[in-house]
Amino acid sequence: MPKDGGIGASTKRREDIRFLTGTGQYTDDINLRGQAHVAFLRSDVAHGRIKGIDTKAAEGMPGVVRIFTGADFEGVGGLPCGWQVTDRHGEVMQEPGHPVLAQGKVRHVGDPIAAVVAETPEQARDAVEAIAVDIEELPAVIDMKAALADDAPKVHDDLKSNLCYDWGFVEENKAAVEEAFGKAAHVTSLELVNNRLVANPMEPRVAVGDFAAHSGESTLYTTSQNPHVIRLLMGAFVLGIPEHKLRVVAPDVGGGFGSKIFHYAEEAFCTFAAKQLKRPVKWTSSRAEAFMSDAHGRDHVTKIELALDADNNFTALRTETYANMGAYLSTFAPSVPTWLHGTLMAGNYRTPLIYVNVKAVFTNTVPVDAYRGAGRPEATYQLERVIDKAARELGVDPIALRRQNFVTEFPYATPVAVEYDTGDYVATMDKLEEIADISGFEKRLAESKARGKLRGLGVNCYIEACGIAPSNLVGQLGARAGLYESATVRVNATGGLVVMTGSHSHGQGHETSFPQVVADMIGIDASMVEIEHGDTDKAPMGMGTYGSRSLAVGGSAIVRATEKIIAKAKRIAAHIMEASEDDIELKNGQFTVAGTDKSLAWGDVTLAAYVPHNYPLDELEPGLEETAFYDPSNFTYPAGAYACEVEVDPETGKVTIESFAAADDFGNIVNPMIVSGQVHGGLAQGIGQALLEGCVYDENGQLLTGSYMDYAMPRAEDVPFYKVDHSCQTPCTHNPLGVKGCGEAGAIGSPPAVVNAVVDALQRAGHTNVMHIDMPLSPSRVWKTMQG
Amino acid sequence: MSDITINVNGKPVSGPVEGRTLLVDFLRGAGLTGTHVGCDTSQCGACVVHVDGKAVKACSIFAVEAEGAEVATIEGQANPDGSLNVIQQAFQDHHGLQCGFCTPGMVMSAAALLKENPRPSEHEIREYLEGNICRCTGYHNIVKAIMAASGQDVSAIAAE
Ligand code: FES
Ligand code: FES
Repeated sequence: MPKDGGIGASTKRREDIRFLTGTGQYTDDINLRGQAHVAFLRSDVAHGRIKGIDTKAAEGMPGVVRIFTGADFEGVGGLPCGWQVTDRHGEVMQEPGHPVLAQGKVRHVGDPIAAVVAETPEQARDAVEAIAVDIEELPAVIDMKAALADDAPKVHDDLKSNLCYDWGFVEENKAAVEEAFGKAAHVTSLELVNNRLVANPMEPRVAVGDFAAHSGESTLYTTSQNPHVIRLLMGAFVLGIPEHKLRVVAPDVGGGFGSKIFHYAEEAFCTFAAKQLKRPVKWTSSRAEAFMSDAHGRDHVTKIELALDADNNFTALRTETYANMGAYLSTFAPSVPTWLHGTLMAGNYRTPLIYVNVKAVFTNTVPVDAYRGAGRPEATYQLERVIDKAARELGVDPIALRRQNFVTEFPYATPVAVEYDTGDYVATMDKLEEIADISGFEKRLAESKARGKLRGLGVNCYIEACGIAPSNLVGQLGARAGLYESATVRVNATGGLVVMTGSHSHGQGHETSFPQVVADMIGIDASMVEIEHGDTDKAPMGMGTYGSRSLAVGGSAIVRATEKIIAKAKRIAAHIMEASEDDIELKNGQFTVAGTDKSLAWGDVTLAAYVPHNYPLDELEPGLEETAFYDPSNFTYPAGAYACEVEVDPETGKVTIESFAAADDFGNIVNPMIVSGQVHGGLAQGIGQALLEGCVYDENGQLLTGSYMDYAMPRAEDVPFYKVDHSCQTPCTHNPLGVKGCGEAGAIGSPPAVVNAVVDALQRAGHTNVMHIDMPLSPSRVWKTMQG
Repeated sequence: MSDITINVNGKPVSGPVEGRTLLVDFLRGAGLTGTHVGCDTSQCGACVVHVDGKAVKACSIFAVEAEGAEVATIEGQANPDGSLNVIQQAFQDHHGLQCGFCTPGMVMSAAALLKENPRPSEHEIREYLEGNICRCTGYHNIVKAIMAASGQDVSAIAAE
C-alpha cells in the first residue's frame, strides 16, 4: 500500500475545498480598482476589405473612455507563430501577419476590428453597436480543396496562394512506400474527415491588463495554460515589453484542453490599452465570442491506404491529409498536422514503410490549433479505422489482425523518426478483453436484438507521444521555443516547502499530486508541501501545461530540484552529526548516520540552514532553495486499447454508448484517482467528437454552430459509467519518475472505437456495404446511411 | 438604475441595478464570485443558484425579479462550522470536479435534485443534469458523487 499522500496514493484533492465553496480565484473574479471594460467589434463577414470605420457616434456614448482601431496598432507587432514548418521541397511555410486588430481586411467571422473601452461592460457593448464599419465583402474560401484552386480568392493578398505548406514525411521513404504498395497482396483505402471541433472549456477566456505608472511595469491576468510563454510571446514579439517589466498571472483556470495555450489578440489588447490609458482594462469573453475567437481543433480531410502481404502483415502505409489552418497561424498550429501527427502514424504496429503528406491550407475560418491530443487523435483515428476496414475486407477478426502486427520488442524505432522506449501492447489488449468482457459480446448482442436494437462492438489501440522533447531536436523540427520545464523548491526554516513550477494546473490537480512526489522523496507529510504555479513572478520560467507533459517534464524538474535540496541537506546533516556525507541517509524525514543511532529531524536541518550557528559556512551557503531545469531526452509513449459497445435504434439512427472500456499503460502512477479522472474526461470528449460535436461553416463562412444551442456538447446522459484500468505499467525509461502522461489518452483513443462499433452494428444488421460514416455520427447521418 | 435588496445566504445584499442586469451579474458584482457564467444561452448551468428553494439559472432571470427573494449560492452551502456539506464532501471524495468551473452549478443542481428525489437512480441523475455541462470530468465521478451523497453504495461503480 502506498503511504497516504505519497506516490501511488489516491490522495483527495486539496484544491477542491476552494472550488467547492465558491472561493476559487478565476480571472473573471479579479476586479481591479478603477478598471475599465472592453468590448470588441468583430467582423460579421468571413472575408472583406475595410473601407472605413466611423467611431464618432460611439465616442459620444455614455461611459466611453476610448475607442481603438487597427490604426492604433500600426507600430505594434503581430501575434507570432511559434513553429515554422519546412515543406517537402525544403521551403519554409508561408507565414502571414496576424494583427491585434484588423488592418485593411477581415479574414474570418469574429476577426476583431475595433475595441471600445468604457466604464462598464454594458456601456462598452452599447458603444460597439454604434460604430459604423464599411466593409466590401469579398468571396470567402471555406472548403480546403477549393481554396487550393488556381483561381481561388486569397485569404492573404501578400502570399502566393492559400497553401501554407506541403509537407512530406519521411520524404526519403516515398519511393520505397510506392514500391511496397505495388507488391501488396491487399490494399485497403479509406477517405475520412476528422471533424472540426471547438475546445469549449467551461470558463470562457478573460484578460485583465494593468499598468503601474510608478514602476513602469505591466501585468496581465489571463486564462492561460502557460503564463511564461505568453509573457515571452507578447512581450518580445507584440508589445516590446522586456520580461522584467511584464508579469503574467494565470490564476485558477477553468479548463483549457489546448485552447488556452495560445497567445490571443485580446491579451495583447488589454495589456496595451492599460498602459495607454493608465488604468486597468478588462475583457471577459461571452460564449458566442469564444466560438468565433478561441482556436478551433482538428479539421482534417484524409485519404489513408494500408498495404498488407498475403499473410496479413502490414507492409506499408501512406496518407494524404488536408489540414485547415483557418485564417491566421495560431501559436502552434503548424506543428499539429505535421510533427504531432506524422510521427504517430506507426501506431502500435510494425509497419516498415510509411509516408505522410500534409497540405496545410488557409481558409476564411477561425484559426485552428491544438485541441486535446493535437495531431495524435487524427493519426489514431485514420489508422485504427483503416485497420478495421482491412479486417472486414479480409474477413479476419479485427483484434487478431491488430495483435498480429503489434510491436513487441522495445526499444522500437519506427519508420517515422521516433523511438518507443517501452510498452506492452499485448498486455493492454489482454486487459481490455478482460474488463470489456469481449467474450460476452454475443450474449449482449442477442439481448439487444430481442429489444429491437442493433448492437456493435468497436475495438482499437492508440499510442501517443507526450512531453515533446528534447529541445535541441524540436528546434531542428521548427519549434521556436524550448520544451523543458523548470522548478524551484524553497524550503523554509521550519521545514515546510514551497514548490514553484512552470507547469500550470487548470483541472489536473497538480496542487495535490506534485506534493505527493516531493513528500515521498523526503519522507514527510504532503501537507508540508505547497505548490505555486501560474505566476511569472514566482516560477523562474515555464513552458506550461499541454501535451500531457506536466508530470513527465514538470514533475521531473521538481524531482531534480528536490534531489539538489536533499543533497545539500545531507551535507548540512553530516556537518552537524560530525559524520561523512556518504553515510547520511534520509528516510521518513529523519537523517541518520549509517551504522550509528545518531539522527536528526528534517526540521532541525532546515532550521540550521537558516540559523547557521553550527553550519559548514566555509563550504556551503546558508539557506535551502534550489532550482532545476529539466529537458527530457525523448518523448514518452503512453499506449492502450479501448472498446466501445453501442446500440443503434434502427428507426431513428440514434446511437447510444452501452459501455466503454479503456486499458491504458501510463507507466508509473502518482495519483490513480486523478489519472482515472483524466481518462474519463478525455473519453467524454472523444465520444463527443464521434457522436455529437461538429463545428460547421456555411459556404459563405458564416459560423452555423456558434452557441450551445447548435454545437452539441456531451451531457451526462450521453455517456455511461466508464471502465478504466491502468494496471498495465511499463515505466518510462528516461525520466526519473518513470511516468508517461495521461491527459490526452481518452480523447485520442476513443473516437475510432465508437465509429468502429457503429459500423459493426450496421454490418451485423445486414448493411454490408457500410464501411464508414463520418463523424459526428448524428441520428440523421446514421439513419441516412441505413437507407442506403 | 434602481436599488434592490436580495437575501443571499441569509444576509441582505443591496445594490443598484439596471433593468437589464442579470441576477448572476448582480451576485458576482456583490463579490459572490462563486456563481459562474459559462454561456450566454442558458445552457451550461454554471450559474445555478436557488431562488426561494428552487434551482434557477441565475443568467436567465433579471436581478429585479429576485428582489426580496431568498437566494442560496455556493458560498452558503458549507456546514455552519465551515466543513463541507454532504454533497460537497461527496464531490471531493469521489473526484467529482477537476477545473472547478462547473462545480458550483453542479453542487446547487445536485442539492435541488436530492431535495426532490432523495435516492435518485443513475439514470435520474443523468437526466436531471441535462442543463449542467462539465467539460472536464466526463460526468462519471459527478454522477457517482451524487449517488454517494444520497447514501447509496457506489463501491461497485468502477472507481479508479
Ligand atoms: S451561464 Fe447560466 S446557463 Fe450558462
Ligand atoms: S470540472 Fe471543469 S467543467 Fe466541470
